[in-house]
Amino acid sequence: MKRRDFIKNSIMVIAGASIPLSALTLIDPKKLLAANPQIHWAFLINTEKCVGCGFCVKACKTENDIPFDANVTRTWVERYVYTKDDRRYIDSPKGALYGFTDSRIDLGEGNFKEIDPKNVGKAFFVPKLCNHCETPPCTQVCPVGATYKTDDGPVLVDRKWCIGCGYCIMACPYAARFFHPVLKVADKCTFCYHRISKGLETACVNACPFGARKMCNIRDINDPNTQIIMNERVGVLKDEFGTKPQAFYIGLAQEVR
Amino acid sequence: MVEQLAHHAMQVHGEAWTIKELFVLPNEYIYWSIQIVMYPFMTGLVAGAFVLSSLYHVFGVMKLKEIARFSLVFSFALLPVAMMPLMLHLQQPFRGINVLMTPHFTSAISAFGIVFLTYASIVATELWLVYRKYFVQTALALKAEQNRGVIDGFRLLVFTILTLGAWDISHEAVEKDHKACKTMAGIGIPVACFLHGYAGFIFGSVKANALWMTPLMPVIFICSAVVSGVALCILCYVIVQEIRKFLARRKLARWARDASAPTVEELEGAKHEEVMLASNYLLYFMIGAITLEILDLIFRGYTQVKSWDILREVIMERDFTKIFIMQYGIGNVLPFLMMVLPGRTVRRTTMATVLVLFGVFMMRYNVVIGGQAFSLSFAGFMDYHLPIIPHDLETYKEGLFGALTVIATPFVLFYFINKFLPAFLKEDEVH
Repeated sequence: MKRRDFIKNSIMVIAGASIPLSALTLIDPKKLLAANPQIHWAFLINTEKCVGCGFCVKACKTENDIPFDANVTRTWVERYVYTKDDRRYIDSPKGALYGFTDSRIDLGEGNFKEIDPKNVGKAFFVPKLCNHCETPPCTQVCPVGATYKTDDGPVLVDRKWCIGCGYCIMACPYAARFFHPVLKVADKCTFCYHRISKGLETACVNACPFGARKMCNIRDINDPNTQIIMNERVGVLKDEFGTKPQAFYIGLAQEVR
Repeated sequence: MVEQLAHHAMQVHGEAWTIKELFVLPNEYIYWSIQIVMYPFMTGLVAGAFVLSSLYHVFGVMKLKEIARFSLVFSFALLPVAMMPLMLHLQQPFRGINVLMTPHFTSAISAFGIVFLTYASIVATELWLVYRKYFVQTALALKAEQNRGVIDGFRLLVFTILTLGAWDISHEAVEKDHKACKTMAGIGIPVACFLHGYAGFIFGSVKANALWMTPLMPVIFICSAVVSGVALCILCYVIVQEIRKFLARRKLARWARDASAPTVEELEGAKHEEVMLASNYLLYFMIGAITLEILDLIFRGYTQVKSWDILREVIMERDFTKIFIMQYGIGNVLPFLMMVLPGRTVRRTTMATVLVLFGVFMMRYNVVIGGQAFSLSFAGFMDYHLPIIPHDLETYKEGLFGALTVIATPFVLFYFINKFLPAFLKEDEVH
């Protein structure tokens, strides 16, 4: 065969093969399923109701087997204090595992700051957890595909396949990820996938005594929490990263990052 | 197991070397530590050494012939070391192979296996083409020996395998090798740049990190890679030549006792010429690297986006010594002056290359560690304390001794590779 013929035939084979191959992508079953899923989980946090008791953090650690006193957590609560002389203080001692029992602000390195109650302008608590983003940067950067977004929303980690490179931890703008101290793989909030897929509430929603945390199916317009997200003014964290977070906040202050 | 340990306070990865200050989010630690500093540093050396060797093979800079061959062999010795820091850094090192088994192509790291293996095969092919004549000659010479010892028998076996059955060393065949070698080196340059450019991409594409995220990152990384690679090759070349001079003077090595062995003066002359030319290329790439780095800094300062407040504090205050004194001052400006001031000598250039290597290392350090020196909350800082005395596997792997292991390995490898691919040969043994 001449070289010219060989190239000609090769091009024809490739062109011919690509037609049925492109047809295959049209009927990708996963895409068809994703086009009309029944469920898409979202989270609703009412910062006005949070008192910083830390029950959610405790419940989460217990439910999800995260070593209790280890300094990592799937969910945490931050305290914001603004003084009248326009200073801002933030802290979250141990992720608020034991709540905010100390009125002093934890400045790290064993330093604390006492703030005169008369000088406090405003103060509030903000619970945080994985936002289960619509376009998650963490799943994008995983070199082995060990972390992935399920069709019904939650972003999960395959503990048997994660190589522990830490790229997903670096890529998350919310610091929602960490290395599990025992299993040595990336770990994060799963929206208690093992519970919600059985019709139960997440551990943190279940533990919150004030109803500051709510879970909803954002595709179900009759869900009362979905209606809040649809009808009221809610915000998300760090939308400038284009991650499309699925955790919505009521009463979100601009300074919360 | 988790339950048993649940009620014990336990150390989290990163806690051993991270000091938090003001408000840092609970899960934030310096997860990417010294080994991730070593990773771009080592791949940079690989890429740079290869680019230097290509100057001779592709662009025909004849004067660099000897240092080019040396660089190629050294680049091969550095290759396995490029992935060593990654393996030492992984929390699950035995699963490292997963990257090749299920590469997830939206991730910059997933390409590592493919790019790395492509590059490795290019370097190996090029080396084989350069050394084929030597393999055949050595194998034939060993075959001709009547009573071979165990060692020579083993060498014969290795060299016979290394020829891969291509025994033709006629003039035409060697010419063909030469042509193929040029092609491989030509393909090698973009692949070497890609190998390192994408190491820059790994950092530059992390949108969550305000310091890393810039499209200039891959280009900056390539330029500084070439700088460090050329500097290391000059340094090692001078050191090896000094050792050879010593051996030639004392007639200690087998080659030195040969009648046709180069004299001390010849070695000195060759060294001077090659070092001077190579250091010129070093200067050009240094100008490129520093220009881009400064451009990035000025751009950040001028545009003053949201992250600038915290970045300014990190760059101008907390890391000022590391960035402006150690990296730019000692690592860039000082060696630059040493090389451009009139009356340049080999000794001065060699000293400058040591500083250049230090400067590039500090650049990697300031990017990798500096990028994690501030919290994502923009309201707190993290300080990195390099573990010096290891008290468990983790503080060894991600501590001073882990880094030193990585630095020492290429030299050990070079010693053994040099036994079969001698970096210094007489003119008639290679094409």
